[in-house]
Amino acid sequence: MSNLVEIRDLQFAYGERVILSDLNMDFPRGKVIAVMGGSGCGKTTVLRLIGGQIRPRKGGVSVGGEIVHTLDTAGLYRLRRKMGMLFQFGALFTDLNVFDNVAFPLREHTNLPEELIRDLVLLKLNAVGLRNAHKLKPSEISGGMARRVAVARAIALDPELIMYDEPFAGLDPISMGVTANLIRKLNDALGSTSILVSHDVQECFAIADYVYFMSAGKIVARGTPAEMRVSQDPYVKQFVNAAPDGPVPFDYPGKSLDEDLGLGVCK
Amino acid sequence: MIVLNWLALIGSYVRESIESVGFAMRSFFGVLAVSPGAMKRPGLISEQIHFIGNYSLVIITVSGLFVGMVLGLQGYITLTPYGAEQKLGQVVALALVRELGPVVTALLFAGRAGTSLTAQIGLMKAGEQLSAMEMMAINPIQRVLAPRFWAGVIAMPVLATIFSAVGILGGYLVGVQLIGVDEGAFWSQMQANVDVRADVLNGVIKSLVFGIAVTFTALFQGYHADPTPEDVSRATTRTVVIASLMVWGLDFVMTAIMFNK
Repeated sequence: MSNLVEIRDLQFAYGERVILSDLNMDFPRGKVIAVMGGSGCGKTTVLRLIGGQIRPRKGGVSVGGEIVHTLDTAGLYRLRRKMGMLFQFGALFTDLNVFDNVAFPLREHTNLPEELIRDLVLLKLNAVGLRNAHKLKPSEISGGMARRVAVARAIALDPELIMYDEPFAGLDPISMGVTANLIRKLNDALGSTSILVSHDVQECFAIADYVYFMSAGKIVARGTPAEMRVSQDPYVKQFVNAAPDGPVPFDYPGKSLDEDLGLGVCK
Repeated sequence: MIVLNWLALIGSYVRESIESVGFAMRSFFGVLAVSPGAMKRPGLISEQIHFIGNYSLVIITVSGLFVGMVLGLQGYITLTPYGAEQKLGQVVALALVRELGPVVTALLFAGRAGTSLTAQIGLMKAGEQLSAMEMMAINPIQRVLAPRFWAGVIAMPVLATIFSAVGILGGYLVGVQLIGVDEGAFWSQMQANVDVRADVLNGVIKSLVFGIAVTFTALFQGYHADPTPEDVSRATTRTVVIASLMVWGLDFVMTAIMFNK
């Protein structure tokens, strides 16, 4: 099968509030796929559905041929062992140092001797350039470094699927470039599949093989980064050019300013 | 119409209360269900006993000493008019072992260890650490909550025993060393009238029950707090209020059952 993850006719809602509707997406093996869109468009919800943290209302997500929401807890945990996830702010365990954070999944899921765990952890940290920072606590490293430690932790068990939730948020330009290169290099070195949820156009276009654009819980455009750059779709144009107004309005929907100020309303 | 509104309001309040008690009980059994798995790693539990037990030692010891000293003084003042000051040792020991040891320790434990557990779990949730664990296929209830729960259940009787022991020494210091009650009478009355099963064991059972109630309340409040600074702080307050009220309520029920002769 060429697709590791497939999303079919997916609908998700919090109560009456529909977050995602009629979503169809494919994530081929070995590729880096970016899911892009403005804040609150449902990008992170897609990741949470793939990871089985929430259940869809309709449709489904299949990972490696298994429908995620039909799995029991044991099945879900078995599937998650094949996944690595980078949370928006790293989500490092603050009571453990860098080394123990990366060693955590290895110690929990394997019976490897401590010497081997040490070597594996140092190799993972070496891959993200932080081998010499292994003794530091999360409070002693920068946001960009924390993100890289979290990447090392996410790949500790050599996952088939790596999910990145806003990996560039709040990073300086250098750290952004470093993280973007890292995502691409790790994906190719591990032979895994990466899903990148982000709104940073330049970084995503630089490393992604394919891009999905989302707005208000729907896919509005899809294609390779090169196709997206020349796309005439008004939403993609607004997003790529960072235009303040367009299909995504500047103003929150509701009453007009005139109505609110009582201007031009005669009885 | 107003009466109907009031009835509806009371009805919804009762329904919500029953629902939240049911939810808490389900969570409680959820922790028990994963406990065998947590028990396989005693290192995690002992680490938590150190964290929540050892660090509570100072406040427990100092409070126990002062409670015992006050008991010695008040006991002496109350008993002297009847010429019964030899009974001081018995009074101090029974008051501590049966009631004050378990109850005051549980209240202090809620304030000292309970709040820190709630804040820690709440902040772990806010920092997505618990979600990260879930995504690593590690059950946070088994890995984080269960070891802390059992550590609290084990630590509470030990702390209550220390509280009572230090309290008895405080009563001895004031009663015998300061005021001059006969030392032989102090200890022999205590030995003769404090029963291991009826008094000491019942006190230990009480503190075990308080350990379960207080530790679970603290963990539950932290785990189900909204991941915001406001709600984590509210959850910490709720831990102290709910745990303290539970201690008083459970103490009354257990006293009524244990000492009804």
